[in-house]
Amino acid sequence: MPEGKIVFKQPEALEDVPTHYCPGCTHGIIHRLIAEVIDELDLREKTIGIAPVGCSVLAYHYFNFDMAEAAHGRAPAVATGIKRVRPENVVFAYQGDGDLAAIGTAEIIHAANRAENITVVFVNNAVFGMTGGQMAPTTLPGQVTTSTPTGRDVKLAGYPMKVAELIAQTTGAAYVVRRTVTRPKYIRSCRKAIKTAFETQLAGLGFSIVEVLSTCPTNWGMSPLEALKWLEDNMIPYYPLGDYKVIDEVEALA
Amino acid sequence: MARVLMKGNEAIAEAAIRAGCDAYFGYPITPQTELLEYMSKRMPELGRVFLQGESEVACINMVLGAAAAGRRVMTSSSSPGVSLKQEGISYLAGTELPAVIVNIMRGGPGLGNVQPSQSDYFQATKGGGHGDYFPIVLAPSTVQEAIDFTILAFELADKYRNPTMILGDGSIGQIMEPVELPEVEPKPPPKPWALTGCQGREKNIVRSMYLLAGPLEARNIILQKKYREIEANEQRHTEYMLEGAGVVIVAYGTAGRVAQTGIKKARDEGILAGLFRPISLYPYPKDALSSLTDQAKVFLVLEMSAGQMLEDVELVVKGRVPVDFQGWLGGRVPSPTEVLEKIREMADKYTS
Ligand SMILES: Cc1ncc(C[n+]2csc(CCOP(=O)(O)OP(=O)(O)O)c2C)c(N)n1
Ligand code: SF4
Ligand SMILES: [Mg+2]
Repeated sequence: MPEGKIVFKQPEALEDVPTHYCPGCTHGIIHRLIAEVIDELDLREKTIGIAPVGCSVLAYHYFNFDMAEAAHGRAPAVATGIKRVRPENVVFAYQGDGDLAAIGTAEIIHAANRAENITVVFVNNAVFGMTGGQMAPTTLPGQVTTSTPTGRDVKLAGYPMKVAELIAQTTGAAYVVRRTVTRPKYIRSCRKAIKTAFETQLAGLGFSIVEVLSTCPTNWGMSPLEALKWLEDNMIPYYPLGDYKVIDEVEALA
Repeated sequence: MARVLMKGNEAIAEAAIRAGCDAYFGYPITPQTELLEYMSKRMPELGRVFLQGESEVACINMVLGAAAAGRRVMTSSSSPGVSLKQEGISYLAGTELPAVIVNIMRGGPGLGNVQPSQSDYFQATKGGGHGDYFPIVLAPSTVQEAIDFTILAFELADKYRNPTMILGDGSIGQIMEPVELPEVEPKPPPKPWALTGCQGREKNIVRSMYLLAGPLEARNIILQKKYREIEANEQRHTEYMLEGAGVVIVAYGTAGRVAQTGIKKARDEGILAGLFRPISLYPYPKDALSSLTDQAKVFLVLEMSAGQMLEDVELVVKGRVPVDFQGWLGGRVPSPTEVLEKIREMADKYTS
């Protein structure tokens, strides 16, 4: 028998269970990338994750390592509490855009500005997915949601929140980037960013966050493929992919 | 043990440190701020965690994180700040995490004032946040008790995996008294459920969510069983001059302390009055209070509120004996003379 090389397998950091995510939802891809990075860096047994309130509320059933639940928006505070008493562990929070950019704005800004040595994976899908597709702070101008039935009117509802740009302004943030997962090249780049974010924490360099533009085909009322295209055509122009803050010490890790 | 002069707030902080508090998260608010300031100095000196969070909301969730990670942890605040912590306390109860929360109560509602008050009794003892739960609540009436109960609070929190509150009013926080600081050898129980990284074991999950009614009902039944156990084992109170007392005053914290002086004066006048002072407000010391219905001609409830604990006394007494009440509002502390006058009135009305 010729020696075979395993090129694709279930990450150990991901449970072998079906998720509850809708078909075509990119939450699942993002979970997988996190799990792959945790395996690659051999961090599974020292990682503590925080699941948010949002569609990824059950993430603790999908990841195969210690996890806590946080109240809506409070994941960075819970992560802070854990990391401060267990600095030897790797601590990350997974948050949606309602969770992070609406109810939890104070917690994320202050965690970043304290240079809290934690990692955040921020899933921006431009809606409140879990509660049925209402407007999020990230909803685009004119975007129809269940609470902006005629499209988001910026005169009434304000402007979409540019989280990566905002966090990059904090002195404490070490690594702030925006990625997406709509096609293989973007997925590879996103995986690399998540890895750098964890490495930032491992090196004790402070706060790291990867904003990931993600789809919600169900609440956008689109097929999975239409959703990928809508994201690229509409979200990327408003939320440009790229690196918003990479301090020299993080740069030197590469 | 040497006696030292200490302010209530600082005494609670020092007691927490002696009880093995590994981490403290807080936000300034009068009249508890000295507690936070004391921690900001001492915790780093001891290599422990002190963090001034951006809000009480953030602090209680930091507490949840540190508790989930298996550490002894505390936060402190005063009434408006404790209102903000309620969602987090509900999550602590739902996830069965041990943590100590200190509320040095001030006058309300709203911004109210910074004077001593007891008007957060309902919030503290009836759950405070959403869902069916109870924090354990201990009410000191002296600085020494504040120390002793803080140490006890860490023990009870760990024993029952339950949030535990020290409910003191502003005067307990601000008063200076000679105290003895006990040496404590903290012995937290093993915490196999804690988040430490899953090396060599299955993963641990700390959560309160159960999507279906059946599993969540089952979780609630477990919690309720625990609360019944706490109610059976942890009722605490003290008594003062209850021998032969027909006028039984029920008061806690500072109100209880003032009542004591009033009772002494009443006894000097030959009025048979005594004090039943609850220490655990949850679980309420129902059994001992109930057994007093045989001797009492009247229960007089005194509170620095419009009558909150009053409802618990009425529930226990169940109409067997008259229950009377006097309250002081807006941060006003009763004087022993006011108490004495009320005792005289009670004696005239119910015992002659
Ligand atoms: C305090 C509180 N307010 C509101 C809710 C209801 N709620 C649950 S999830 C959610 C929005 C989640 O949206 P997002 O963070 O964008 O996550 P997504 O589902 O889109 O992944 C809201 C408002 C809640 N659980 N708690
Ligand atoms: S509602 Fe949207 S975000 Fe939630 S699982 Fe479905 S597609 Fe994904
Ligand atoms: Mg969302």
